[in-house]
Amino acid sequence: MKKFLSVLLVCTMVLGLCACTGSGTKTNNASGIKAGFIFLHDENSTYDLNFINAAKEACDKLGIEYVLKTNIPEGQECYDAACELADSGCNFVFADSFGHEDYMIEAAKEYPDVQFCHATGTKAHTELLPNFHNAFASIYEGRYLAGVAAGMKLNEMIDNGEITPDQAKIGYIGAYTYAEVISGYTSFFLGARSECPSATMDVTFTGSWYDETAEKEAATKLIGSGCVLISQHADSMGAPTACENAGVPDVSYNGSTESACPNTYIVSSRINWAPYFELCLSNLAGIPTDYVGTISTGSVELTSFGSVAPAVGTAERVEEVKAELQAGTRHVFDIETFTVDGKKVESYMADVDTDAAYEGDHEVIKDGYFNESGDGLRSAPYFDLRIDGITLLDEQY
Amino acid sequence: MNEKKNPLFHIVKRKSMPLSKQMMVRLIAVAVAIAVCAIVTVITTGMNPLSVFAATFRGAFGSGRKIWITLQDTAILLLIALALTPAFKMKFWNIGGEGQVLMGGLASAACMIVLGDKIPDPVLNLLMIVSSVFLGALWGAIPALFKAKWKTNETLSTLMMNYIAIQIVAFFTIYWEVPKGSGKIGIINQSTNAGWLMQIGNKYLLPILISVIVTVGIYVYMKYTKHGYEIAVVGESERTARYAGIRPGKVIIRTMLLSGGLCGFVGMLLVGGIHHTITTTITGGQGFTAVMVSWLAQFNPFTMMGVSLLIIFLSHGASEISTSCGLNQSFGEIITGIILFFIIGCEFFIQYKVIFRKKETENTKEGPAGQKEETGQDSAEKPENEAGNAKEDSEEKPENETTQVDEEVKS
Repeated sequence: MKKFLSVLLVCTMVLGLCACTGSGTKTNNASGIKAGFIFLHDENSTYDLNFINAAKEACDKLGIEYVLKTNIPEGQECYDAACELADSGCNFVFADSFGHEDYMIEAAKEYPDVQFCHATGTKAHTELLPNFHNAFASIYEGRYLAGVAAGMKLNEMIDNGEITPDQAKIGYIGAYTYAEVISGYTSFFLGARSECPSATMDVTFTGSWYDETAEKEAATKLIGSGCVLISQHADSMGAPTACENAGVPDVSYNGSTESACPNTYIVSSRINWAPYFELCLSNLAGIPTDYVGTISTGSVELTSFGSVAPAVGTAERVEEVKAELQAGTRHVFDIETFTVDGKKVESYMADVDTDAAYEGDHEVIKDGYFNESGDGLRSAPYFDLRIDGITLLDEQY
Repeated sequence: MNEKKNPLFHIVKRKSMPLSKQMMVRLIAVAVAIAVCAIVTVITTGMNPLSVFAATFRGAFGSGRKIWITLQDTAILLLIALALTPAFKMKFWNIGGEGQVLMGGLASAACMIVLGDKIPDPVLNLLMIVSSVFLGALWGAIPALFKAKWKTNETLSTLMMNYIAIQIVAFFTIYWEVPKGSGKIGIINQSTNAGWLMQIGNKYLLPILISVIVTVGIYVYMKYTKHGYEIAVVGESERTARYAGIRPGKVIIRTMLLSGGLCGFVGMLLVGGIHHTITTTITGGQGFTAVMVSWLAQFNPFTMMGVSLLIIFLSHGASEISTSCGLNQSFGEIITGIILFFIIGCEFFIQYKVIFRKKETENTKEGPAGQKEETGQDSAEKPENEAGNAKEDSEEKPENETTQVDEEVKS
């Protein structure tokens, strides 16, 4: 009881202090729009930093007031945070992590006048709430281009006699056997194989989106088993560091790692979220249910090439391929370029509508290619074919 | 400053301190803590500390919803602390609250996933409660059994049971993941709400009401029942207990069934009533924080209410600091750390007093660095406290001498 009293006293004192200061909010926008952002971690995570920078950039450009909430777990805390933002006058609320989605939907049901947007989610097209939206980007195109740079590096190593064509094996560290990861490593591999036809790839999974030790160990193991080039879909510096230590060329993700790995860094692909935020915030009523950013919208980017590791002429070749992708004359998942169990894939029902049984529900082979993140389907990737040439070393995650 | 051969001070347990004086010490500690926070804020960020304190307060009580969330989170932390308390009172160091809560949560989630929409909701809820309490109790009873039968160290075994629980939950999150490969279960039965606990009034009230009931329940159990008495006796001395005809093994297992079962029940509240999902991080370390709550409140259930509120207040404040002051969350945690340091630290001066002296070679007990720091702050009231001297240590000290040395040290 005494302690309770003392606590009460603390509260009163703090309250007293508050009364002196009053609340200072930064309001000075004409548009009447206030944006709230929810992030899983803070700026120490490369994944969240990418979103935080984009959010600040877009809001500053449009002169919009914004609130950033960091370190929000994927639980009821996300719902609470979203509701608090809505309570405080935000009419646009965004969350950046996959596990936030269900809680954003709960909040969206409660605040019909507030627009809720969620990156990487899969449910907007089935929930059919007018104020809940998903967004992603055709990052598979970015990865494909990064793969082209990797393939050229392999070719260079073959030409220099460092490896034989049969030894052109890529190592890839993924987080989970999730469609987003599968789509990512497959597009990267297809890009590499478009340049270096003898390329093969080993993939291993860490079971975490961020586990520096596991990623580093995985990279070291892959290098030990004969992989001559490494790439990853996980957020730490583990794999790039292991590559730099071993002198193995590396294609990183989410941003340049050149400063830490000057000798082995080739290139990195990333999603730039600023175009999406600008689109949403400049017209809250017109946010699409599923938004797919592309190379053309500026959403999919390659960072600058490394100064040491890339093969000669990489930048030029990547530009050519990029032009072909944009013109539609080349498709990343062209069914002529890959097989599953030795057979061409003429038809495939993908699990586009999320359900507990993982049932395939939409035909996604269209006009001779796998229609990833297609119109009328959903923005989050659903490519989950195990194509020939890629060996999954483990699948427990 | 105590490099000299003779220890400069020794530490003596006080008999008791009048309540008013205790409150005085605590108030001073809080005031000093706030002052230190203010100084740290100015030095490291250059911001007005008042705006930081205001943000802390806003984080916990800034809106109706925030107040509800604060109370709800306080209730959960309080419930876990209450669950651990009978074990602590028995001197059984149950630091496995985290695992016991997780297992309870897992049982509830399993019921909701497997049986959702297949059986009526009230039956499902009942099944969730039974299975959660059972699994939590089992998780608590295993280390208790080992302790009772083979005298294994329960601190280690309860701790390690946490990691087993985390791995089991990790396995099931992948087993039940939606969509495939995502490693997330998401909200269970989101469209049908099957198995969700009913709402009383609003989303937040149910755990709060339960926590109040359990607080009273545990208070009565500990203070007025035969079980509570047996727990206290076993805690004081197993031999005494045996002499009085109490079987310590039985009491240990029974108490841990209660402790673990209650933790499992909290897991059910988290999964069925709040998050509606299960993840390895759903308890958020509260199984450990609750240990501190229980101890800081000296096992008094009503004091725990205040301590839980304080800790939740500080943690919500910390995240608000990062949101509205543009500081990293770590800064908020530093502030929290400073405040807790002083609040816990001041209990030392309520329990013990420090006597400075020049000669004598015994009692070389030396306070850790923190205590030394604080002696200066609290020394102002030390001379008057000297009056109520209780000596567990054998020496008598002439009062004037002590005071004199005390002053010398200050100068």
